[in-house]
Amino acid sequence: MLRLHYNLEKVSMGLVAAIMVAASIGGIVEIAPLFTIDETVTLPDDLRPHTPLELAGREIYVREGCYACHSQMVRSLADELDRYGPYSLAAESAYDHPMLWGSKRTGPDLARLGEKYSDAWHVAHLRDPRAVVPASIMPAYPWLGRPLDTRLLEAQLATLARLGVPYDDAMIANAEADALAQSRPASDGAAAVVARYGERIAMRAFDGDAERLTEMDAVVAYLQSLGTLTNAPYQIIGGGEQ
Amino acid sequence: MSAPRPYNAPDTDAPTGHREVDPVTGYDTTGHDWNGIRELNTPFPRIVVWALGLTFLYSVVTWVLLPAWPTGHTYTRGLLGLDQSEAAVERLREVDAVRQGWLARFDDPDFTALAADRDLMAWATPAADRLYQDNCAACHGFAGGGGPGFPDLRDTAWLWGGDPETVAETLRHGINAPDPDTRIAEMPAFDWLDRSERRELAAYVAALPTGDATHDSPAGFLFAENCEACHGAQGGGGLMNGAPSLADAAVIYGQDPGTVMETLRVGRRGVMPAWGDRLSAAEINLLASYVSRVSENGKGGRE
Repeated sequence: MLRLHYNLEKVSMGLVAAIMVAASIGGIVEIAPLFTIDETVTLPDDLRPHTPLELAGREIYVREGCYACHSQMVRSLADELDRYGPYSLAAESAYDHPMLWGSKRTGPDLARLGEKYSDAWHVAHLRDPRAVVPASIMPAYPWLGRPLDTRLLEAQLATLARLGVPYDDAMIANAEADALAQSRPASDGAAAVVARYGERIAMRAFDGDAERLTEMDAVVAYLQSLGTLTNAPYQIIGGGEQ
Repeated sequence: MSAPRPYNAPDTDAPTGHREVDPVTGYDTTGHDWNGIRELNTPFPRIVVWALGLTFLYSVVTWVLLPAWPTGHTYTRGLLGLDQSEAAVERLREVDAVRQGWLARFDDPDFTALAADRDLMAWATPAADRLYQDNCAACHGFAGGGGPGFPDLRDTAWLWGGDPETVAETLRHGINAPDPDTRIAEMPAFDWLDRSERRELAAYVAALPTGDATHDSPAGFLFAENCEACHGAQGGGGLMNGAPSLADAAVIYGQDPGTVMETLRVGRRGVMPAWGDRLSAAEINLLASYVSRVSENGKGGRE
C-alpha cells in the first residue's frame, strides 16, 4: 500500500485525481442527504413563516451580528433540554434563509426565547443590558429606537417566496402595511395580518409606543417569535405547549 | 494490511531505481540534488503507520456500530441503534425521575407544611434559586431587587398578594400575558385631561408617599374623580386589582412628577409572562414558596 502511494506521488496528475477522490468522499457524505431533504424532513402542518415585521427584525438581528454570540439551536443533550426546552428540529428553520443555528455561545441560546420575557424587558435590555442584568457583557443597542425602514420588505418576501417560503401574492403585496399593522393591533389593517399569518402571531406595540414603528419593534417582534413558529418540538418531550 | 516493507533499505530496489546510499545513516537518498545538497529518504516511522492503521480500523468498527453512511432516503443506523435525540430525552427523564424524589412534595401546594419541613427546604432552596436565576432574575434581579418597571420582590408591596398561593397563581398565568386566565391590569392613559390638570395631579401623586399632599384641593378632587376607583381613597391602594398603592413609595415606574406625567400621558400595561407552559406545577409551587420567602427575609431567599 505504501509502495502504491510512493509511486502515486511521482505521477502528479494521478496524485491530484486521487486527492480529489479522497476529499470528495467527505463532501458527498454531507451533501448527498440534501438531495432527498424534501422527503426526509417533513414540515409540521402548523409551521408558519415569519411575518414581515419579524422578518425585518431578523434582518436587524443579522445586521447587528447577534448570531456571533447567540446560537438558535438547542442541542440534543439532557442538560440543554432541561434548561432551554425541546431540542431544535431541522423543520423549524425550513423557512430561514440563511438559517441562524450557530454554535458559538457567548450569550445564551435563543431558540426557545419567544414569550419567555416581556416586551418591556427586551426593550430595556437591548437599550442597555446592564440596566436589567448587571453582570451582562452584551453590547448596548441604543440606536434601535430609530424608525424602521420597510421599503425592502416586499422585495424580500418575494425573494423568499422564490426560495420556497409560502408567502402568497397578497402577503408580498401587503408586506409593508402588515409590518406596520402588527405593531398597531387597534389599526384597520390588524385583522388582515391575523387572517394572513394566523391567530398565533403576537400583535402588539412591541417597543411600548404604537405611534412609531421602530427597529426596536421589529427586533422584539422577532425575538418573541423564536420557538413559536410550530408546536412540533414541544411534542417530543411531551411537555407543555407553547 | 501487511506490515510496511522497508522499501528504501539498502537491500531493496527503490521504485526510482536510484541507488545512492548515505554512508552515515545507511539510508537511500531521494536522488534530487540541490546545489550539492541531497535529501535522505528516511523511512516513514513505523509507529505512525501503525497509528494510521488503527484509525482505519476504528472507523470501520464505528461504521458498523454507529449511524454512518447516507443511503438516499435514510442512513446506515449501526448495530447499536444509537439515536442521540432519543438518548437525550431518555436521560432527561432519568434526571427528572431523580428530581421527583423531592420535587413531588411540591405537587401539593400546602405551603405551610412545606415550609415547616426544614430538611426538605434545605434541599429545595438551592434548586429554587437555580430556577429563579434561569427564569426570573432577568427582570426581577438576581437577588429579587427588581428595577425600573420590574417589581422588587423583597419589599412587602404586592399588587396581587405575596402569599405563596397567590404568587403561584401569578406565575402560572402571568399578568397581561397571552394566557386565557392571565391577570389583567392596565393603567389607562389620561391624555384627555388638560395638561395643566395632569401637572397638578402629578404633583399631588408625587407628594402622596411623603404625606405632604393636600387632599382638599383641586388636584385632590381630580384624584378622587379619576383615580380613586382603582388606587383607593387618597391613593391608599390595597384593592388587589393590580393597581398599586400610591402611598408606599413602591411604585415600580417611579413617582416623581415627571414620571407620573409620562404615566398619565401614555398609561402603563406591565407584562409578566405566564410560566404554566414552561415550568411544571411542582416547579411553580417551589418558586412561589421561594419568592414569598424572599419577601419575608428581605434578602433574596439566600439565607
